[in-house]
Amino acid sequence: MENQSIIKVDHLDLYAGKTHILKDINIEIPKNKLTVILGPSGCGKTTLLKCMNRLTDLTPDIKVTGNIFIGKQPVFGAKTDIVALRRKMGLLSQRPFPLPMNIYNNIAYGLKLRGKYSRTELNDLVEHYLRQVNLWEEVKDRLRSPAVRLSIGQQQRLCLARGLAVNPEIILADEPTSALDPVSSEAIEKQFAALAKDYTLVMVTHVLRQARRIADYVVFMYLGEVIEMRPAREFFEDPREEQTKKYLAGAFN
Amino acid sequence: MELDAMNEKRTLVKQREKSARTGGKLAEEVFCRTLMNIASILIVGVMGVILVSIFYKGISTFSWNMLAEDMGSGFYLNRGGGIRNAILGSVYLSVSATLLALVIGLACSVCMNVYMVRCPRLLHTARFLLDLIWGVPSIIYGAFGFSLMVFFGLKTSLLAGIITVTLFILPIMIRAIDEVMKTVPHGLSESVLAMGSTRSELSYKVYLRQCFPGIVTAVLLAFGRAIGDAASVLYVTGESARSPRGLMDNVTTLPVAIYNQINSPSAAIQDKAYASAFILTLVILIISLLSRYISKRYQKYRIY
Repeated sequence: MENQSIIKVDHLDLYAGKTHILKDINIEIPKNKLTVILGPSGCGKTTLLKCMNRLTDLTPDIKVTGNIFIGKQPVFGAKTDIVALRRKMGLLSQRPFPLPMNIYNNIAYGLKLRGKYSRTELNDLVEHYLRQVNLWEEVKDRLRSPAVRLSIGQQQRLCLARGLAVNPEIILADEPTSALDPVSSEAIEKQFAALAKDYTLVMVTHVLRQARRIADYVVFMYLGEVIEMRPAREFFEDPREEQTKKYLAGAFN
Repeated sequence: MELDAMNEKRTLVKQREKSARTGGKLAEEVFCRTLMNIASILIVGVMGVILVSIFYKGISTFSWNMLAEDMGSGFYLNRGGGIRNAILGSVYLSVSATLLALVIGLACSVCMNVYMVRCPRLLHTARFLLDLIWGVPSIIYGAFGFSLMVFFGLKTSLLAGIITVTLFILPIMIRAIDEVMKTVPHGLSESVLAMGSTRSELSYKVYLRQCFPGIVTAVLLAFGRAIGDAASVLYVTGESARSPRGLMDNVTTLPVAIYNQINSPSAAIQDKAYASAFILTLVILIISLLSRYISKRYQKYRIY
């Protein structure tokens, strides 16, 4: 691969109870590119994504072997400071989950987690991050109203801004547009394309067209295995594996 | 072929279809609805009668003196005096017990919902046991508190009462808060942790806010039980005709005072029981209104 890799998944196996969900995953995700994890529902895409910042901690009965490395730091390991590691990674979930606070504090929360700011600095930063996701103009007059009052599309952008405010290097996104209307999803897509210059993005999706539009690299998964991982153009124009061809032809959907 | 099979199934469903809302079905509907209406009216009616009779009889025997004076030595001999000591005793006792139970209960339910998520079996057992002791009658707590008191060599006192009542309302507090915390969406915890919050930040910055209205309800439930219960404090607080001045003083609580007043042979004192009940109801009313006002201010920030 021509690029330096930032996430390295090394022989990762994951069992939930007795079900073997992820089977010997080995991939490297390049820095400052948009990598899309593609595959039919239930193939383990989301699970793989959640392994990357160890949100599997929240689920009982999960057994993991192998490891994931962010830079050089292992994710699974007794000595890992998972909180510090998670700060390097923002997460955008399927449905937006704004914090139960007002819009302003939703952004300020992430900032205050990491350091002390004066009132004016904080105001500045909140405005900056809201502008970065094109939300500022829509909410500047009601920063003190609860975040739930926003529309779902606005909430998703708010969550993205909140994630950016923690100043991560990597953004993990789990089907970030699946609950959104076409206009909002386009807004998010554009954001992603723009962010890919400075951030490493890993996005899970099952929408082929979306992957085609924005992906730099594609990881194709099927039934818990990585079938192939290649640059997006090669992947779509010249699929190598039989299963990929079938999927692109729409056989699994 | 497939189309045929589909049509066949559709005709089958059509044949078996019962007509909607006619004959027996309609009668059943009307019957059920009437039953529910009667039940609701009956319940509201009974509650109304209780409240109205307390207020009606209470107000007629109520005097401001009752709030301002201690019982003194002559109250049960009908030589005047009020029930200030009982009001103060009850309020001190239940407010401190509720606060104590709130602190412990919050810690427990946060622990159950944020830290123990990976041991569902243990959680299940804990919830089962808590539900079990929720149903234990308060007199048992009274007896338990008494033996605890004897064990530690304490005398009957406000402090012993507070400890007993705290134990008594803890399961209510924990389970009520726990039920609210269970409704916090999994995705919210994930998002917050993914931002690099620690679990304790997740607990007191997000869970507490999201669950605030529910916590207020839990506090109300527990406070209501604490202030209204006579049996649990019967053995441990002793009795006193003057207002408590410290944790080690004996106290009389309102429910116990009401019990004594009703048991009195003098009709005038029996009447005062209504006034006392009226005051007890007012205290609960004031606390309810206050907390509802507080929780409303946070309700709007709740997500989903």
